[in-house]
Amino acid sequence: MTPLHQYLFLSALLFGVGLAGALTRRNAIIVLIGIELMLNAANLNFIAFWRFSRHPELATGLMFVLFSIGIAAAEAAVGLALIIAIYRHYRTANLDQFDSMKG
Amino acid sequence: MAWITQNLWLIPALPLLAAGLSSLAKQRQRAFAASLAIGSMVAAFLLSCAAFVTTLGHAGTFREPPVNFLWFQLGETTLQLGWVLDPLAAVMLVMVSFVGLLIFIYSVGYMAHDENFTRFFCFLALFAAAMLGVVISNSLLLLFVCWELVGFTSYMLIGFWYHKPSAAAAAKKAFITTRIGDIGFFLGMLWLYSETGTLLFYDGGQGCLEQSALTKLAAQTTMLGMAASTGISLLIFCGAMGKSGQVPLHVWLPDAMEGPTPVSALIHAATMVAAGVFLVARVYPLMETVPANATVAAQTAETLTPALSLSEREREKQISASDESIRVEPSAVRKIADAPQNVLSLPAGEGRGEGEGQEHAAAHAVSTALKLVTWIGAITAAFAALIAVAQTDIKRILAYSTVSQLGYMMMGLGVGGVAVGMFHLITHAFFKALLFLGAGSVIHGCHDEQDIRRMGGLKPFLPVTFGTYAVGMMALAGVPVFFAGFWSKDDILHNAAHWPVSSGPFWLGVFGALLTAFYMTRQVCYVFFGQRRAGILPARHAHDERSSKVHSSVPSSSHPPGGQAGGLSYDPHESPPVMTTPLVVLAVFAVVLGFFGTPAWPWFQDYISGHPATGDLSKLFEWETSSIMLLSTIVVALGLSAGWWLYGRLPSATPEDLDPLERMRPSVFQVLRGKFYVDELYEATVIRFNAWTAWLSDGLDRVLWDGVVRGVSYLVLGFSWISRFIDEYLVNLGFDKGCDGIRGGGKLAAAWQTGQVQPYLRVIGLALAALVLLLSWGRVQ
Amino acid sequence: MDPVFAFLALLTTAGAVAAVSLRNLVHCALCLVVAFAGLAALYLQLNAQFIGFAQILVYVGAVAILIVFAILLTRGSEPGNQPILSSSWQAGLGVAVLVLGALGVAVASSFVRYYPVSPAPQPTVRELGEQLMTNYVLPLEVIGLLLTAAMIGAVIIAMHEKQGPR
Repeated sequence: MTPLHQYLFLSALLFGVGLAGALTRRNAIIVLIGIELMLNAANLNFIAFWRFSRHPELATGLMFVLFSIGIAAAEAAVGLALIIAIYRHYRTANLDQFDSMKG
Repeated sequence: MAWITQNLWLIPALPLLAAGLSSLAKQRQRAFAASLAIGSMVAAFLLSCAAFVTTLGHAGTFREPPVNFLWFQLGETTLQLGWVLDPLAAVMLVMVSFVGLLIFIYSVGYMAHDENFTRFFCFLALFAAAMLGVVISNSLLLLFVCWELVGFTSYMLIGFWYHKPSAAAAAKKAFITTRIGDIGFFLGMLWLYSETGTLLFYDGGQGCLEQSALTKLAAQTTMLGMAASTGISLLIFCGAMGKSGQVPLHVWLPDAMEGPTPVSALIHAATMVAAGVFLVARVYPLMETVPANATVAAQTAETLTPALSLSEREREKQISASDESIRVEPSAVRKIADAPQNVLSLPAGEGRGEGEGQEHAAAHAVSTALKLVTWIGAITAAFAALIAVAQTDIKRILAYSTVSQLGYMMMGLGVGGVAVGMFHLITHAFFKALLFLGAGSVIHGCHDEQDIRRMGGLKPFLPVTFGTYAVGMMALAGVPVFFAGFWSKDDILHNAAHWPVSSGPFWLGVFGALLTAFYMTRQVCYVFFGQRRAGILPARHAHDERSSKVHSSVPSSSHPPGGQAGGLSYDPHESPPVMTTPLVVLAVFAVVLGFFGTPAWPWFQDYISGHPATGDLSKLFEWETSSIMLLSTIVVALGLSAGWWLYGRLPSATPEDLDPLERMRPSVFQVLRGKFYVDELYEATVIRFNAWTAWLSDGLDRVLWDGVVRGVSYLVLGFSWISRFIDEYLVNLGFDKGCDGIRGGGKLAAAWQTGQVQPYLRVIGLALAALVLLLSWGRVQ
Repeated sequence: MDPVFAFLALLTTAGAVAAVSLRNLVHCALCLVVAFAGLAALYLQLNAQFIGFAQILVYVGAVAILIVFAILLTRGSEPGNQPILSSSWQAGLGVAVLVLGALGVAVASSFVRYYPVSPAPQPTVRELGEQLMTNYVLPLEVIGLLLTAAMIGAVIIAMHEKQGPR
């Protein structure tokens, strides 16, 4: 049986990859993919902690992940809708050019 | 109360409606405007006749109860308007509407070729409405309103040919001159209102011409020891002087002849100028009120001789010396009769006894106002007649004659009471309208020639005009027995002869009568007799003089255009029947009317005074009356023969010939022809003073007031400059510095906000790393 | 190290790295599917069968397809030779490495390394359903409401401006 910390390292690695993608790519959709990856890394953490918890019958981790998946779905829908709307306005998905909120 | 009394307002309302409707008509709709105006006048005339008939039946209480209504109310103050039907109003109504009707009909012919025919009838109808309003009003205020309306329409009609500078100037002169008198009228009205609180003439005992108000007014003494009633009377008389062209405000009336001839006939001869006389007649109870102190004196006299006061007793002696009959001396009896009428209208019986005594006393003491009225009238009568002698314009002669006759009317009011003055007013309205219309016909026939020196020998050409004109001339001159003017003028002279104050007015009147006969003879000789002088002048010359008039009122089409083009000679022509018919009608009345007021049968005077008519042929032959009649007959004969001697016997052959009078006394004649230089006097005094005042005001305005205003403005400018300095360099500088600092800080902070997503996310990542490290580091510890 | 775990971890990590680094966006989305599938397998390994299948349903079935649609809708006018990395990618990469390091340090330094392995729990779908209907009924309703609102919001945001009432 794989020990807990290996799952945690994998989770941290996935999070790092997701963050790197979100911070370095220009395309807004890739940024969104990175964010999804970070969310999934967090989910993996929850499941792992649930598996190794003293009271797995309470299913707290499972419930958290279930709701997290629901929220992630909502986030993905809204986020992609925003990207489409912005694209329609600027005719590009390049994040560098979205600076209308500039101070 | 009769229906007509209730609905008397219809009489002025109908012409007013016609004026309003025709003002909406187009310039082309001539027949519409004329028929509307004439139709409304016919209706007004019929209604006036109905009103007149209503008043006939009432002997004794001769005044229908007035119809008053509330106009508006301001707190305690109320203003009431109303109308009243009494013989005075009724006879004026009939006269105005009848003469107006005839002149309207005449105008259809006279103005036939004027392009503003529609406008003319609109104004005429408006004038008729306003004049009828003056006549029926029972409130001094309503009378004043209509009075001003009459003045306004007069202004519009004198200036009807406004493109002629002289007409425009004459209109202005008429308006302003009458306005000077109206200021007095207005002040008098205000004074009357403040004293009595009402402007209604008759209001069931509460009116300002009724006993209670008059007693109050007579009791009050103001400056110079004058009673309030006297002051108010004099001020109101100012208005009458302006309107009726009394000296010294007569100057506008001759100039008003610049208007179309029907206007001159209607407004400036028959009706409007008589409005002043009518006003005095209307407020006669106020005019004849004797101040309280004089009344007291008279009353004490009465107590000494209980039956009669001194003057009355003397007069009674005179009367009894001549005859024993009741009505011997018209004026005295009339005065006595006038008095109780005021008393009769009192509602309560209490004041009657006192009032009667007072009135008796007042009747014999002539009030200051009436003295002034008499003197002004007498002076005007003689003065204007003198000027008329030397004039050459056919209408101006008649205008001065009008002024003179108005003077007679005023004198008649002053010396003999309402009936005397009104009788002359009515007869004069008819024969003067006749003369003006005849003059209009002559002018029309002579192709707009107005200078009598260029007429002459017109009798064969204008038979109807000559006949009617002769009737009018004899009526005006007072040719005995058969003409109205004789009787009405004789009535005035008769009363003047017995005026207790002075015999001056009587002699002035006689002098005026002499001159009247003289200048009318002169005019008729110049116009109708002798040989024609017009043909001698080139027609072009005559035409040029009137070219401005030709512009709008084209000479009648009834003469062929070739006659003018031919130049040297063209024939005068008789006017169309639409113009001559009114002349004939008026001529008939100029004869007939006189018989209603002879000493033998003074129906008119009795009607106005309100007692049953009496007839007694024998009075004609009493020495009292016949002496005056004889005197005036002699005077008229003298005037006529002098006129014939100078002008008819040897008619002048050319227009350039000197007037026979001028040959005799050139200097006197020049003064007369220059109208005693009254205009020049006003030019040199009033107008120059006015101009000087205007110049002074202008200078003061420019230099003094403007300087002050300018100084103030510079002061304000200086203050504002200082304020701006403080604002800009002290307040704003600090404020701007603060603002710049805040703006710089904002810019700095804004630089952090790139608006891009990834830098924000980077910061979040850094924070996350820091947080994780911090937590795990704490955990390690 | 368990070879199955090692294989799944490698697959997932490779999928994730490819998903954020490839130039072709469609390829990225497909690699993301691989990473999500690997994660689902890991969940199954951890005895969380329901979550594993939910992961496949939601992420592989819905979110990945959504992303593909978004890519298809936003692709087109841009020229292909543009740089794929943002202007400040070095700083972003540094921050990511920093976070990864911090997390690794945190995990390595914690006591979980010595955490005992407990017997595998066997949660049934029935138990989860009962939990959802009892203890977690309020969050369930809230998440339902949130999903509805998000869906409506997404539709409104993505709607063509001409068609909308705005």
